[in-house]
Amino acid sequence: MTIKTEEFLLNLGPQHPSTHGVFRIILTLDGETVVKAVPVPGYLHRGIEKLAESRTYTQVIPYTDRLDYLAGMLMNWGYVYAVEKLMNVEVPERAEYIRVIVGELARIASHLVATGAYAADIGGLTGFIYTFRDREDIMDLLEMISGARLTPSYMRIGGVAADIPDGFIEKCRRFIDYLPDAIEEYNGLITGNEIFQARTKNVAVLSAEKAIDMSLSGPVLRASGVNYDLRKARPYSVYDRFEFEVPLGTKGDCFDRYYVRLLEMEQSAKIIRQALDQLPEGPIKGKVPKVIKPPKGEAYAEIESSKGIMGTYVVSDGSTNPYRVHFRRPSFVNLGYLDEMLKGWKIADVIAILGSIDIVLGEVDA
Amino acid sequence: MENLFVNMASGMRSLLASAGLPDAATNFVLMFLKLGAILVYILISALWLVYMERKVSAYMQCRIGPNRVGPLGLLQTTADIGKLISKEFIIPRCADKKLFLLGPILIFMPPLAVFAVAPFGKDMVAIDMNIGVYYFLAVASLSTVIVWMAGWASNNKYSLIGGMRVVAQMVSYEMPLILSIVGVIILTGTLNMSEIIRAQEDVWFIFLQPLGFLIYLIAGVAETNRAPFDLVEGESEIICGPFTEYSGMGFAMFFLAEYANVVLVSVMAVTLFFGGWHAPLGLTFIPSWIWFLLKVYGMIFLFMWFRWTYPRIRVDQLMEFGWKVLVPLSIANIFVTGIGKYLYQTIRW
Amino acid sequence: MSQKPLSEIVEELRSKYPGVEVSEQGTLTVPPDTLVAFMRDLKENYGFNYLTNVTAADYMEYFETVYDVSIVGEPHMFHIKTKVDRNSPVVPSMVPIWGGAIWQEREVYDLMGITFKDHPDLRRILLDDAWTEHPLRKDYKYEGGRE
Repeated sequence: MTIKTEEFLLNLGPQHPSTHGVFRIILTLDGETVVKAVPVPGYLHRGIEKLAESRTYTQVIPYTDRLDYLAGMLMNWGYVYAVEKLMNVEVPERAEYIRVIVGELARIASHLVATGAYAADIGGLTGFIYTFRDREDIMDLLEMISGARLTPSYMRIGGVAADIPDGFIEKCRRFIDYLPDAIEEYNGLITGNEIFQARTKNVAVLSAEKAIDMSLSGPVLRASGVNYDLRKARPYSVYDRFEFEVPLGTKGDCFDRYYVRLLEMEQSAKIIRQALDQLPEGPIKGKVPKVIKPPKGEAYAEIESSKGIMGTYVVSDGSTNPYRVHFRRPSFVNLGYLDEMLKGWKIADVIAILGSIDIVLGEVDA
Repeated sequence: MENLFVNMASGMRSLLASAGLPDAATNFVLMFLKLGAILVYILISALWLVYMERKVSAYMQCRIGPNRVGPLGLLQTTADIGKLISKEFIIPRCADKKLFLLGPILIFMPPLAVFAVAPFGKDMVAIDMNIGVYYFLAVASLSTVIVWMAGWASNNKYSLIGGMRVVAQMVSYEMPLILSIVGVIILTGTLNMSEIIRAQEDVWFIFLQPLGFLIYLIAGVAETNRAPFDLVEGESEIICGPFTEYSGMGFAMFFLAEYANVVLVSVMAVTLFFGGWHAPLGLTFIPSWIWFLLKVYGMIFLFMWFRWTYPRIRVDQLMEFGWKVLVPLSIANIFVTGIGKYLYQTIRW
Repeated sequence: MSQKPLSEIVEELRSKYPGVEVSEQGTLTVPPDTLVAFMRDLKENYGFNYLTNVTAADYMEYFETVYDVSIVGEPHMFHIKTKVDRNSPVVPSMVPIWGGAIWQEREVYDLMGITFKDHPDLRRILLDDAWTEHPLRKDYKYEGGRE
């Protein structure tokens, strides 16, 4: 006997505890099963690209903080890297190393939020608190070096804003030494949990071909076993001087996407340790004119942010303001396949899948 | 100390009798007083369990927890309730007003009704019912209907999903819960709670029925809608389930009822498996009712421990686990218990 | 796939598609009518399987859509541009070739007002559905609110 059922619409968001901000998904449900999902972004759209057109090149930097506000350093970096490419500025070595250190710290911070928030999405609130406890150390470090915790605006075109303060290196080393213990703790509390594994393993398996076709990037792509990390594939800054691995998933399910982030934190710590060891003396800012007026032209540059490939397209008309700035935000592109990924899963899985992609709405909506 | 409450009751009885009241009236007044005392205990207990939960979760999460209102933050929940009472009770325009209001009123009824048969100490049971266990099972499951009603009446889709989950979950977990208790009933041959506790004088049933206890524990967590079986509320999925639309005191009632349910399930666990008010290791100088409460709060701590370490299970996994694992296991448990008892009787007697 | 140097690929493409212009920085400008064939060729014969970025810029006389394609795991990247008529801004969609263009083209459509032919789901994405204009155009003037 078949029971006749009727589908109904459920508005998940824009106000919902687990959409990581103001994201909305219109779900068509058959009981608890998703039949159709229509993601609706845009609730946090501030028009950063338009705003940038009426600011000077330096004034755009604080806006980039507000893209992926969990890893503001990396967003700064993506933007200044493109402008430097446009102007052909040489960045001093010390500045590059500082960038690597703070960038990787920001990556760890972002992954810590992703890990903790994912645990909370699955229902274990304690994991959330644990990762946030350790993220606090990174926030302190970033505050030490830039003066701000979340929105550092630390990078400048041609270098960084300030040199490393006293005590930073020791504190950073202490944190890096401590991080493996913390990760061990997460493994015990979150990763190893039977229920957590049952909830995430084999959920929303993403094949490598599909992931590449849909231009997914970052941990989402690497969890499907695709070895594509710009720090390795197209080393920018001084990444070619460090030894690290690119952690890959095998299956491409939610668990892999979660676990790849944990492994990446370890690699980031490794990079930071090497950068601290090799840190050269020297200036922290290259030869950049007071008024930044790039020559007419355009540049597109990509870096590997914590969520994936962060690209910046800058067009200059020779004036002090950028003619056009475009940010390729990894969270935004990664969401493009969400509707297909959600199909056929339960409501609880919707949260698990969305959480495993790890989006930041500031970045999605720009 | 041991007979503090029993003596109070008998003193009250003789006082009333000496005042010239007929026996029936004395009994009635006494019954009223007993139930009133239980009511006060439950309400205060629920209130302070919120505090305990917050403290326990805080220490599990490397925090301090409430520490501002009163000494050690002890008055935090009192202040919270004061705030909730003063808040507006919003009724959604499209909600079914009568049922919507009835939900928080009725939600406290089943747990309170069940406590009437709970033996808090030696000779300390308000109504010594000979079908106590049966009564507990029957009345406790009534709360399902009330939560479902609240969910449906809210006219909110999250509430509706939550309400449906309540029904599905309760139906699936009531089965193993009942079947796990059957083992104890086979051993004692009675449904009277005091009798069951008395039968555990020498050995607690957790040692004779370890599997039964495990099943009871799991089903009990599911019964109280707490993590890892908190699908009904499933905060990160369906906001707050059936309670989404409730505000102010209406929400607080559901909240407190959850704790009353936790107390209830713990009381039953202690009664059925932990020897009730029997003192372990011959430590009888501590009064029986203190022992009982200690064990109950130990159980409650266990529930809180679960809640703050486990993530949430998915709805289909919940069903599968209930029907494909717990029910067969509990039936096997009954079978083994039956054979064991038969062998015991034929060999030893 | 054995990887030829980028300059060789550029030379080959240039001889195959005479309309393609190459700038000093290696930017390829492809006329819109050969865009689909060009891109498909790039993907199928040269292994450029990853479309990272799609965007557009407004130069008052014309629009320019910008595509950045690369190869997974390899450093190569092409910066490809197409000039689009500003009065009837229509370009072929890249979704049939790289699925990843789906949201990025929606974004360009939303903010710049360029229509992508054969796009499966061309709706506004960031702005409200009732919005009528395209704010990233240079002649866009916001009425009301703060400056």
